[in-house]
Amino acid sequence: MALTTGVFSSGRAELQERTLRTDRWWLQPLITVLVLLSFVVYATFRAFEGKNYFAEPLISPFYSPCLSTECVDGASLIGQPFGKIVLFGLTLSPALFILVFPLGFRLTCYYYRKAYYRSFWQSPPACAVAEPHKKYTGETRAPLILQNGHRWFFYIGLLFNILLTIDAVLAFRDAEKHWGHMSVGTLVLLANATLLWLYSASCHTCRHTIGGRLKNFSKHPVRYKAWTVVSKLNHYHPNFAWVSLFGVAFADLYVRLVAAGTITNFYFF
Amino acid sequence: MARKIKLRIWRGSAKEGSLHDVEVDANEGEVVLDVIHRVQATKINDLAVRWNCKAGKCGSCSMEINGKPRLACMTQMANFEEGETITITPLRAFPVIKDLVTDVSFNYQKAMEVPAFEPPADLKPGQARMAQVDVDRSQEFRKCIECFLCQDTCHVIRDHEENKKKFAGPRFFIRLAELDMHPLDILRNRKKTAQEEHGLGMCNITKCCTEVCPEHIRITDNAIIPMKERVVDVKYDPVRWLGSKIRRREEIS
Ligand code: SF4
Ligand code: SF4
Ligand code: FES
Ligand code: FES
Repeated sequence: MALTTGVFSSGRAELQERTLRTDRWWLQPLITVLVLLSFVVYATFRAFEGKNYFAEPLISPFYSPCLSTECVDGASLIGQPFGKIVLFGLTLSPALFILVFPLGFRLTCYYYRKAYYRSFWQSPPACAVAEPHKKYTGETRAPLILQNGHRWFFYIGLLFNILLTIDAVLAFRDAEKHWGHMSVGTLVLLANATLLWLYSASCHTCRHTIGGRLKNFSKHPVRYKAWTVVSKLNHYHPNFAWVSLFGVAFADLYVRLVAAGTITNFYFF
Repeated sequence: MARKIKLRIWRGSAKEGSLHDVEVDANEGEVVLDVIHRVQATKINDLAVRWNCKAGKCGSCSMEINGKPRLACMTQMANFEEGETITITPLRAFPVIKDLVTDVSFNYQKAMEVPAFEPPADLKPGQARMAQVDVDRSQEFRKCIECFLCQDTCHVIRDHEENKKKFAGPRFFIRLAELDMHPLDILRNRKKTAQEEHGLGMCNITKCCTEVCPEHIRITDNAIIPMKERVVDVKYDPVRWLGSKIRRREEIS
């Protein structure tokens, strides 16, 4: 590819190499691609599968809230406003009604943006490694200008966190809906909800909303305090982004294995 | 104890140039700039290199060492393996003047385009009072030594010469953030112009500026992303926009 812009522009140091880095700069983007692709493949399979997502009292995070009349008995926490929808001869699985929200939240997340711009879009693949694109407009026009809507997904994400926390609380029951029990599944759902809260709480939009947008912290001592806490969490946002992603996949996998009868959900009491 | 070092140094002008192999001694505790000075003293007497403080504080000795934008005076020779050839080139985002010296005037142009600090008109000299918590954020950005390593690394202009017209770059995004977060700055429309004139929207938050900043300023997390959120407040959030019309808010848009 013969680019004449960028580091190959006239006037700049004449060099043929797109980068002179000698370290393994390609490793990080490669790992990101592999991990994100595996998640996408697994999540797509599970979202279309449409079964094995509920085993009283456990529900998979991919299917909660379960909003369609296709949902199995007991899985719908807040009702079933959607009827059966068939597209191209396929019945839409209940996961597909809600998928767009967590997906949109993660796609517009400032950290994931960095991760996929670098690894999938190679823009840039790594620092001081020339990107392969001729033109670049960043996030100034459609569709990428929509990244500015991250805050709406953040707010909806909070609603999801509340519902998934309720799911975890409901998991303190046994298969006959009697309270006061705890199983491995309870812990799995609790861990998943906790990680999702940490992911949301460390979000840049959260940091901005809670106090970052102020000009005078001194006039808002409570919000300032909250901002310092969120800022500390924010430092670890990339970590929470990954761990919570694994958390969701693992919680789903656990519920699937229990629902399919592959394993039994062990009860501590 | 001195050891022999293999260097590949770029030499040339804005028109042409190439890498030249040189061997030179390096003593224990030396930095890349020391070794370049030895090359200058003993091998290539007319090698052009810009430097001043040798203490990581003037921002003059920015160059690319094994492809990474760095300060030559802060890069320890001990970082490199025995026998490793070290490649040294000028900054690759700016035009060359001679050898390792580039023309960074792009950055001075951009600096002039940022409207200055504007305190309230009735504020008399010596009367400004600010709480420390209100200036903490702005002060982080005052650590900048203007080495322009962030500007050099930023792919928006490094990889796209044509974007230079409309993109101020990370060093000036921290300046914009510093002013927008400053308790006594009352200039209106900083957020709006950050997006519309200084090219904040071109940044895709891939964080290379933060990775190379020798002052460890958290450019992306503490300046660019907060500015992007502030821009959303005034440009892309209908609820906020409505709120600001209905009741006067504390913030200056
Ligand atoms: S984060 Fe933005 S400003 Fe910083 S290097 Fe990347 S694109 Fe440039
Ligand atoms: S922000 Fe950091 S990298 Fe950029 S010019 Fe200032 S000190 Fe250098
Ligand atoms: S969720 Fe990552 S920045 Fe908001
Ligand atoms: S010589 Fe001043 S920063 Fe290197």
